[in-house]
Amino acid sequence: MNALSLSFRRIAAMCLRHLYILKGSWPRLLEMAYWPAINMVVWGFTSQFFASNSSWVAQAAGILIGAVILWDVMFRGNLGVALCFLEEMWSRNLGHLAVSPLRPWELVASMLCMSLIRTVIGVLPAALLAIPLYHYSIFDLGLPLLAFWASLMISGWAIGLGVSALVLRFGLGAESLAWVLIFAIAPLAGIYYPIATLPGWLQPLAWALPPAHVFEGMRSVMLGHGFRGDLLASALALNALYLAGGVAVFLRVWHGARMRGALLNVGE
Amino acid sequence: MSAIQVRSVSKAFGSVLAVDDISFSVATGSTTALLGGNGAGKTTTLSMVLGLLIPSSGAVTVLGEDMARHRYRVLPRLNFSSPYVELPLRLTVRQNLTVYGHLYGVDDLKGRIAQLSEELELADFIDRPAGKLSAGQKTRVGLAKALLNQPELLLLDEPTASLDPDTADWVRGYFQDYRARTGATIVLASHNMTEVERMCDHVLIMKQGRIVDQGSPTDLIGRFGRDTLEEVFLDIARNRRHPAEAVS
Repeated sequence: MNALSLSFRRIAAMCLRHLYILKGSWPRLLEMAYWPAINMVVWGFTSQFFASNSSWVAQAAGILIGAVILWDVMFRGNLGVALCFLEEMWSRNLGHLAVSPLRPWELVASMLCMSLIRTVIGVLPAALLAIPLYHYSIFDLGLPLLAFWASLMISGWAIGLGVSALVLRFGLGAESLAWVLIFAIAPLAGIYYPIATLPGWLQPLAWALPPAHVFEGMRSVMLGHGFRGDLLASALALNALYLAGGVAVFLRVWHGARMRGALLNVGE
Repeated sequence: MSAIQVRSVSKAFGSVLAVDDISFSVATGSTTALLGGNGAGKTTTLSMVLGLLIPSSGAVTVLGEDMARHRYRVLPRLNFSSPYVELPLRLTVRQNLTVYGHLYGVDDLKGRIAQLSEELELADFIDRPAGKLSAGQKTRVGLAKALLNQPELLLLDEPTASLDPDTADWVRGYFQDYRARTGATIVLASHNMTEVERMCDHVLIMKQGRIVDQGSPTDLIGRFGRDTLEEVFLDIARNRRHPAEAVS
């Protein structure tokens, strides 16, 4: 077996480790789909109400539902990465992994794979539920949906890797960051409103974040202004930067943990 | 030929010097013990040999490879077991062994798991979650994980801690048999002197981060004029007798 196939086998083994957990726990599976579905239902009814009372939203009644679903892609992307890592810390398993032939970058790759699987399990039911409930299908976005999904997943991955690095550096006391850190950028991401709504001094900060480009692009498609390739390109360029940063920070902290002896003594 | 060579290795955590300029080698095919009181530096030393911890200075060579540069060449050839590092508790024993078997690139993994299940008597609980096992069962599972890749070098941190005498005796016997069958090198950190006397060809005694004495159990007992290794250990731990005095 060559080095590449061995590497692939190790990444698949780590995915298998997390799939075993999902397979053995239906409450976990249910939880993954629960919040995106509930979120979508709440915002769906809100959207329906606004549609009958606001000419702007009436133009594109699905904007809020679409935004909710896509925001969940990013949120679940982040959570998928962070939870995979937290799972290793909760089970005090990092020591075994760190002395196995698993490379740190392979661990990162497995976390990203599992994040994709978890996000699909979590978000797909909500997207499908929106069709009979509100006659809204996010799949009508067509190919741009794939681009939006990929871009937001990558943003979530970058944050998830940052959170995992913080947990490795500061211990499980920092685990709540997995749930809350991403909300710090929510106001600037323009999920439910155009970036132009923000005060002028905040707008450059918003444009430095990939999701701002994605949600602006989504509104452009849904309001009939067409697909904005420039927004997607800038989102992907920024994402490449943030993901590279997330990976670099995680690997750096991993190395630091080997200096401090933190891989053997992790836990609560 | 040495399986392990440690040269002038030190490890400091801030201002605390956990390991202070130690050098030793472990002969291929031998069983070597690291002895010492709590905080003597045994686990830190084992961690540096595994590459889990980066030394502040010095060099570690394992199975002919420099651990600072070629750690991943050697990791598939060694394995490790410690009661203080858990396997995922929600996964069954079989699932854990499957995941780690893939991580170590084990060929015919199902066959290897079946073989270990028979040798280590895991069959009764192989499909039970690891979190629901007794201490003795967990130790056997940890041992199965450590033996999955048929390691040339096995590092064991307190391998019989918290085991009843019968299970502990069985585990020791298994290690001796494994070494006899495969020619593997075993390094263990232990507080159990009877275990060390029975299993080990060579003993390294650590105190305050330094190796203060070493030799075969018989050699150490003879030089200190004692009947057991435990008495030698207590002499060193309590500064009752310096090895030089023991010789004279």
